[in-house]
Amino acid sequence: MTLLPTAAKTAPPPRPRANARSRMNTLVGWGFAGPFVAVFALVFLAPIGYSVYLTLFRDRLVGGRSFVGLDNYVQALTDPRFWDGFSNVALFLAVQVPIMLGISLLVALAIDSGRLYGTSFFRIAIFLPYAVPAVVASLLWGFMYGTRFGLVGNINDAFGVSLPNPLSPSLVLASIGNIVTWEFVGYNMLIFYAALRVVPRSLYEAAAIDGAGEWRIVLSVKLPAIRGALVIATIFSIIGSFQLFNEPSILQKLAPNAITNDFTPNLYTYSLSFAGQQHNYAATVAIVMGVITAIIAYAVQLRGMRKKG
Amino acid sequence: MTATATTDHVRRAAATSPAAAPPQRTSRRRPSTPLNPRRSVPLTLVTGLVLVYTLLPLGWLVINSTKNQRDLVTSFGLWFGEDVNFWDNVSRTLTYDDGVFVRWLLNTLFYVLAGAGGATVLAVLGGYALAKYDFPGRKAVFAVVIGAVAIPGTALAVPTFLMFSGMGLTNTPWAVIIPSLISPFGLYLMWVFASEAVPDELLEAARIDGSGELRTFFRIALPLLMPGTITVLLFSMVATWNNYFLPLIMIKDPDWYPLTLGLNAWNAQAQTAGGEAVFDLIITGSLLTIAPIVVIFLLLQRYWQSGLSAGSVKE
Repeated sequence: MTLLPTAAKTAPPPRPRANARSRMNTLVGWGFAGPFVAVFALVFLAPIGYSVYLTLFRDRLVGGRSFVGLDNYVQALTDPRFWDGFSNVALFLAVQVPIMLGISLLVALAIDSGRLYGTSFFRIAIFLPYAVPAVVASLLWGFMYGTRFGLVGNINDAFGVSLPNPLSPSLVLASIGNIVTWEFVGYNMLIFYAALRVVPRSLYEAAAIDGAGEWRIVLSVKLPAIRGALVIATIFSIIGSFQLFNEPSILQKLAPNAITNDFTPNLYTYSLSFAGQQHNYAATVAIVMGVITAIIAYAVQLRGMRKKG
Repeated sequence: MTATATTDHVRRAAATSPAAAPPQRTSRRRPSTPLNPRRSVPLTLVTGLVLVYTLLPLGWLVINSTKNQRDLVTSFGLWFGEDVNFWDNVSRTLTYDDGVFVRWLLNTLFYVLAGAGGATVLAVLGGYALAKYDFPGRKAVFAVVIGAVAIPGTALAVPTFLMFSGMGLTNTPWAVIIPSLISPFGLYLMWVFASEAVPDELLEAARIDGSGELRTFFRIALPLLMPGTITVLLFSMVATWNNYFLPLIMIKDPDWYPLTLGLNAWNAQAQTAGGEAVFDLIITGSLLTIAPIVVIFLLLQRYWQSGLSAGSVKE
């Protein structure tokens, strides 16, 4: 091969070579991407397809499996147990997600400002809870919530106060919100921080020369620059809220009266499927929830992108 | 954090160089600007509140892993009990019920090795292909994968369970490993990372030198992809190590439990009438469960943080 790189740039290669090249690109590209796509089809696409298929049938004690059309969907959309769970996760989404993302953003801005003592310690220590499994986080907080032997009980004894039981029906959703916030505040902080790191510093210089103060730079330069990261974190948080399962499922053993089997749509699906053997109806509830999630995530994405333009 | 410090230094030097700012302006700069920040005690204290919030439960865990059952219920949660039982707790956690905890630990390691290792390989190969080869269907692959992220895990759980059950895979390690092999976040990160980290000119030069595509990938692209690869590996490891829902539905036999299911089983046992309450073992077991992953994150933070930063370039 004696082809000079400059020659290749100035003169486009002749057609046959280009065709050979694009054939090779196709072959090699699929060769590299093929394994991912194959496994993805097996564990994502096939189950989604199968799930939709399942929703069209119903198993009856007498007569076996029969085709019921959209009956399962009608049942799900008019099922008060489904909507109870849905209203819980919707409330959770409306309260917990803004609090969590707000704290994450403020911490990311504080760390990025370079004005903290021990910057790298802050960054890694606040991130650490992300490495803690939801099971351990829920057990841990569950123990601490205890009014008899837990930290709440300790504080009540030590200070002679009577803090309310965090695992009571009226407080349990907030208590779960606290666990989820604790788990993911550092993860989101890191996503925001990573995005802030790659904002060109010259933009700050330019804004400072124009007379912008620090808050002005945050509002007019930094936040717009990391809009993509904000939108992605919001979408992941919406998906996470609607999928809420691990934390309530584990706390259920400590607070069986406060956390019912339909506390979240996910818990409801789980109990329908694995305790009630109602696979078809469980698949329907899951699909309905999936469609609602996808619509809201998509709307947020559109809104996030429109502001940009 | 020498690497970060150096980059900051270089960035600041570049930003304050005469080319970027007229020299006459430099003398009139305010005491603290985004480019020339002064460390602030009030800001450190306020951010410190979040630090206390995140570290408090971990401190509680460490303190209470030193207590026996009696001290657990009688002593204050944020201080040590009368006796220090840490090593005794560890050895009882590891030997309780014929050493079932060790079995769960080995299972978890196996799931992580196969699942997260495989997920990383697939994501690196796929991300590299999406970034560096213009092939028909490329955009479709990306759109479908990103779209699928919005589908809740439970929408997939029931049909995946039924499908795997039909294939005879439930209650085997495969049921946990195979779904762990796909990391859409990993694919996305590697795609963005490869676009930035591997220059087309370098690949072209290798081809001109007669290097085959596989050889080019392993000898030239892979070393450049290392920070991104480590980031994907770490985040897949956490996902697999911490996985709860998938094994919960797939695995019935406690011999195949990962640590998360095992700890949950101990907790359930304590709540059932007549079951032995083993809160001390749950607490020490929890500490042993999070320790390895925390250590790995601390040791490798230089690599995964730079990988994450590079990955957010295009967001």
